[in-house]
Amino acid sequence: MPTEILMPALSPTMEEGTLAKWLVKEGDTVSSGDILAEIETDKATMEFEAVDEGVIGKIIVAEGTEGVKVNQPIAVLLEEGESADDIGETSEARGPDEAKEEPAEETSAKAPEKAPAKAKEDDAPPKPDQTPDWPEGTEMKTQTVREALRDAMAEEMRDNPNVFVMGEEVAEYQGAYKVTQGLLDEFGAKRVIDTPITEHGFAGIGVGAAFGGLRPIVEFMTFNFAMQAIDQIINSAAKTLYMSGGQMGCPIVFRGPNGAAARVGAQHSQDYAAWYAHIPGLKVVQPYSAADAKGLLKSAIRDPNPVIFLENEILYGRTFEVPVLDDFTVPFGKAKIWREGSDVTLVSFGIGMQYALQAADRLAEDGIEAEVIDLRTLRPIDYDTVLASVMKTNRCVTVEEGFPVGAIGNHISATIMQRAFDYLDAPVINCTGKDVPMPYAANLEKLALVTTDEVVEAARQVTYR
Amino acid sequence: MAARKAAEKPNVSADDLKQFYRDMLLIRRFEEKAGQLYGMGLIGGFCHLYIGQEAVVVGLESAAEEGDKRITTYRDHGHMLACGMNPDGVMAELTGREGGYSKGKGGSMHMFSREKHFYGGHGIVGANVPLGAGLAFADKYLENDRVTFTYFGDGAANQGQVYETFNMASLWKLPVIFVIENNQYAMGTSQKRSTSTEDIYTRGAPFGIPGELVDGMDVLAVKEAGEKAVAHCREGKGPYILEVKTYRYRGHSMSDPAKYRTREEVQKMRDEKDPIEHVRDLLISGKHASEDDLKAIDKEIKEIVNASAEFAKESPEPDPSELWTDIYADDIPQGAAVEEDA
Repeated sequence: MPTEILMPALSPTMEEGTLAKWLVKEGDTVSSGDILAEIETDKATMEFEAVDEGVIGKIIVAEGTEGVKVNQPIAVLLEEGESADDIGETSEARGPDEAKEEPAEETSAKAPEKAPAKAKEDDAPPKPDQTPDWPEGTEMKTQTVREALRDAMAEEMRDNPNVFVMGEEVAEYQGAYKVTQGLLDEFGAKRVIDTPITEHGFAGIGVGAAFGGLRPIVEFMTFNFAMQAIDQIINSAAKTLYMSGGQMGCPIVFRGPNGAAARVGAQHSQDYAAWYAHIPGLKVVQPYSAADAKGLLKSAIRDPNPVIFLENEILYGRTFEVPVLDDFTVPFGKAKIWREGSDVTLVSFGIGMQYALQAADRLAEDGIEAEVIDLRTLRPIDYDTVLASVMKTNRCVTVEEGFPVGAIGNHISATIMQRAFDYLDAPVINCTGKDVPMPYAANLEKLALVTTDEVVEAARQVTYR
Repeated sequence: MAARKAAEKPNVSADDLKQFYRDMLLIRRFEEKAGQLYGMGLIGGFCHLYIGQEAVVVGLESAAEEGDKRITTYRDHGHMLACGMNPDGVMAELTGREGGYSKGKGGSMHMFSREKHFYGGHGIVGANVPLGAGLAFADKYLENDRVTFTYFGDGAANQGQVYETFNMASLWKLPVIFVIENNQYAMGTSQKRSTSTEDIYTRGAPFGIPGELVDGMDVLAVKEAGEKAVAHCREGKGPYILEVKTYRYRGHSMSDPAKYRTREEVQKMRDEKDPIEHVRDLLISGKHASEDDLKAIDKEIKEIVNASAEFAKESPEPDPSELWTDIYADDIPQGAAVEEDA
């Protein structure tokens, strides 16, 4: 039977076009791949090729015709042994509308099954998991955040031969901030690898190694430099599991100091918490204490997903109590309540916790009892612990060092508004870094960061005291 | 372009030649069908066809062993078919259906197969190059004697991360073959207008990576070069570069103004250099196959391709619940011993 050649679409949105030129005439023999015609729209020209072989039996739409509808027959192709007399039974017997084949089914968006967070019918306070991170009576030792991070890596490397560390100065220099100290001696150059200063390249090699079955820990000397590698982190590491329909996971940890250090200027002082927390497919951790640094890093290394682990240079040297346990881990998505209180909830993470805790001490002197929550992980976020607390205190202040626009605090505020609006006695206040690049001068730098005074003032404001 | 090699190679049998003909024809017919389904509105978005470049992947796959890996850019349909992935699954991914390799969630540019060691399908120009070196890094670490074919185009060869990768791949002696598929146009910009040197394969030399120019319209020349590169990598000598000169007959993607080169240039390539016609001539002139033998192959391929199109049309759209799956891999229980699947 003769085959109709239909007007092609240059894109799924194209509805009609101009048949600019025929490059074949009736009676011509064509084979697959031969160019038949040129089709034009306002944005492009496409050469239209034959799919089947045969003889052009009839040209239905003359060249130069404008407004030719997609899928309208424009010519008829005859197979071996057919003649133009056979054409009648196809296009001429039917109008173009009937011949028009419906393209793919209606793609109107169906309502997703999981609607965005909305007010619950039953808005009773959630019951968050606040079991202690370690059993009562566990032996404790004093450790710096730096030592806790190193121990976490060393323990996981002993446990799994496919875990390795790569980054600038991680091996022979013993770490630009000494976080990888001693690892080269214990694990050798095969597993503790100095890279050239090429963040984009080695982040990509790390992601490829994870696809290939290894468990890389990629250290960025600071997360400021990871901006050179952010395409690999987001487009390659975070999205591939989804794009592959679940086949190709990427178990990798990207870690290093993040946020402002001290007097290092605008390019070396930025908090990326909100940037990475924005991305589905990533997990994002920002610990404050040494125990959390250790327990969360061990969880990160075992996680089958890409994890962004945001450390802080100023916190590296701080000491905390760390439990002495054979295998101590902290789960993701479980916030920690550092201090209980009934008057206001302070929500923070990472170095923001130092301002929140100092502010709570000062507020207590004035009889204001603040509940202080450390989110610990920003993806997933433990909303339940925050909501349960706000439903108790009816007031909330968030604290972080990052920029104010699109901050983590903005997201926390929106969630509280959607899920605990009726419990609020005051608007939530977000204490953040200022909306300026980091200045160098000592006094200006102090002004640019969030301060304990600002947190205290915000808490007074929401408690009307 | 390098001179076309002599017709017969001692290491190629009549069966090999027939297999090359079949494999290249499958890619061409598949791509023509994809173009047709695109025109009907069944395939959306970007769709980059491989027509004209078939000898590159078919030649190199004949040099690969089981377990060797491959990774490429967004012009990836040919690579998937050549490494043995199922045409039904590829076509159904193009139509965004449940039966596709990525359950319809990846599309033309994003398909993967652990079984066939195909690591994508990547949409950011140049980004798959360090990923390919990373796969080779894993193989070297695991000491499993595998090599990775990392394909990219003449356009990607100007990306900075390619040279970061050359440096580390050479420094660490990674078993990776960088295959520069030079089809002479980076979208609509010719190599002359975008690239400061004529011979891209020489760009590995400053990093100590040997490279050579290969006639990518001659599947036998590609196979021979591929075997040499694979041997180099497996001997532990580090990376190797193959600049394979080829030509894409179609536009960069489906909507291409086609104003940056003449129709005569394209037609001349098709008439004089077509890789499939070349093998067809070898088969007929060498009396390795009759016209009827080849017709039977043509028919078989046509049936496979038509079946894939039918499958791709009939496979349902993914269930709406798929929107929320595959964002995270299952969590490993906290505090439990880790079992590696690698």
